[in-house]
Amino acid sequence: MRSKSTPQPNGEKAPWTILLGAVGALLFLHVPLFLIFLYSFTTDESAYTFPPPALTLKWFPQAIRNTAMQEALFLTLRVAVLATMAALILGTLAAAAVYRFNFFGKEAISFMLILPLALPGIVTGIAMRSAISLIHIPFSFWTIVIGHATFCVVVVYNNVIARFRRSSNSMLEASMDLGANSFQTFWYVVLPNIGSALLAGGILAFSLSFDEVIVTTFTAGNQQTLPIWIFSQMLKPRNRPITNVTALLVVLITAIPIIIAQRITAQSSDTEGGSK
Amino acid sequence: MLNRISTYFYLRPRLVLLLFLVPPLVWFLVVYIGALITLLINSFFYLDGFTGQVVREFTLQTYAKLLLPTNLQIFFRTAFMAVLVTIACMIIAFPLSYYMARFAAPRMKGLLYLAVTLPLWTSYVVRVYSWKLILAQEGIISWFARLVHLDGVLQWYLSNDAVGGPSLSVSPTGIFLVFVYIWLPYMIIPIQTALERVPKSLIEASGDLGATPAQTFRTVLLPLAFPGVVAGSIFTFSLTLGDFIVPQLFGTSSFYIGKAVLTYQGTSGNIPLAAAFTMGPIVIMIAYLLIARKLGAFDAL
Repeated sequence: MRSKSTPQPNGEKAPWTILLGAVGALLFLHVPLFLIFLYSFTTDESAYTFPPPALTLKWFPQAIRNTAMQEALFLTLRVAVLATMAALILGTLAAAAVYRFNFFGKEAISFMLILPLALPGIVTGIAMRSAISLIHIPFSFWTIVIGHATFCVVVVYNNVIARFRRSSNSMLEASMDLGANSFQTFWYVVLPNIGSALLAGGILAFSLSFDEVIVTTFTAGNQQTLPIWIFSQMLKPRNRPITNVTALLVVLITAIPIIIAQRITAQSSDTEGGSK
Repeated sequence: MLNRISTYFYLRPRLVLLLFLVPPLVWFLVVYIGALITLLINSFFYLDGFTGQVVREFTLQTYAKLLLPTNLQIFFRTAFMAVLVTIACMIIAFPLSYYMARFAAPRMKGLLYLAVTLPLWTSYVVRVYSWKLILAQEGIISWFARLVHLDGVLQWYLSNDAVGGPSLSVSPTGIFLVFVYIWLPYMIIPIQTALERVPKSLIEASGDLGATPAQTFRTVLLPLAFPGVVAGSIFTFSLTLGDFIVPQLFGTSSFYIGKAVLTYQGTSGNIPLAAAFTMGPIVIMIAYLLIARKLGAFDAL
């Protein structure tokens, strides 16, 4: 969505009303995230007092040693890794099929892939729950992974197909002409070419899965992923300082890879990520 | 050996297509489309009130339940909230989008773009959590109200049943604020994209011909940016309709669609009613998308 050919401002100044509105919107978007940062240092254990009575670092080691938090974190990481792997395979296959071939219903494919993200999360969630309960599969780790993989496919697909569209077919033909078989062509030509798109798509899929809560609510049994753990802490706060620190941790785990992914896609000049 | 396999596949492109297409296609048809169909089927079953079991017979009685006054009220309440959130997002998003599209230098624009999209990708739950801190009785808003001696006004505001509650973090106003905060980036980006396509010469021409900035905004800028506004509203509207986390955490006892779905399928095990309830947002969204397409919103995406 980033613009390529805008007439650039020639020293034109924005009216102060616009400037004020823009700064206001930016503050509105970012002050809450700053507060997350601030509150992870507060000494206040039983309320969300502002300003914090005093600041401390003592919650960080406690949070990291908290077993409930650890379990949730590892479960979330395992789910995210598996869901990302499944999404990478399915998304790349779908992108390759749509790019390389013409077939009946080709346009419907990308529409179908984006549906799980486009429809409200609760629709995807309740649909999967009713399907899972209809065929009597027990809710488990694997039902969470399957749910996550489904809505992660589209970000990989978007990234990979954007890359395919920008790369020329002549490279493949050259590789074949020079005697490489299709496996060699794939390994030496296609894969390096789409590598960074896979990386970017994979990172986006990972963070999408890492902080998903709505679909997970419906596809999980007793398992608590980290977002669900935070959610339950919000419903019944039991351990506020630990939750504050965990919230900061989650921001870092999701935000840092995204900045990296943005860099990768910006360097190769396709900003295909899709929206959540 | 590998060469022979390679040649074998090269001569049979249809087979390769099949190998590529079948895994994602089967996955989506089984896991997703299949699930949506079972959802639809479930909505035609009903829950036996005596046994508490779902009866798998075709019936429309579950849909009839949607027309009960309490359930209709849930639909209207949710749709009304979605409309309010959408309008607020439009108003807050416009200046920033306009600044990004017209005044920001390329480097600045890149930074702003990151600043707007980053919250989208940082954890949804954590962003909701931040508002628990903000809206709490002892939080920053109350602190600020006391600082400027307006805590009386805040108390008076909260005492109104329609908008208030025991504290900001348990009130319709709280729900509204959190929704606006969470979905705002979805509005900024499409409006910015649409505004970027408005030629600067048109705005200058409007000014040269004697229009005041307000007139230019109303008669030139807004109509041209309208598809972007509609595109953004698809997200804010749809996401508000389906969300249950925010009403659950910040709501009073009144239900919203998402919360109703969660409660019906969870505590009362009434998956048919939950399924029928979900058809509400789906139908509303399909209608909305069709209207949006008429208004040209998809060209702005």
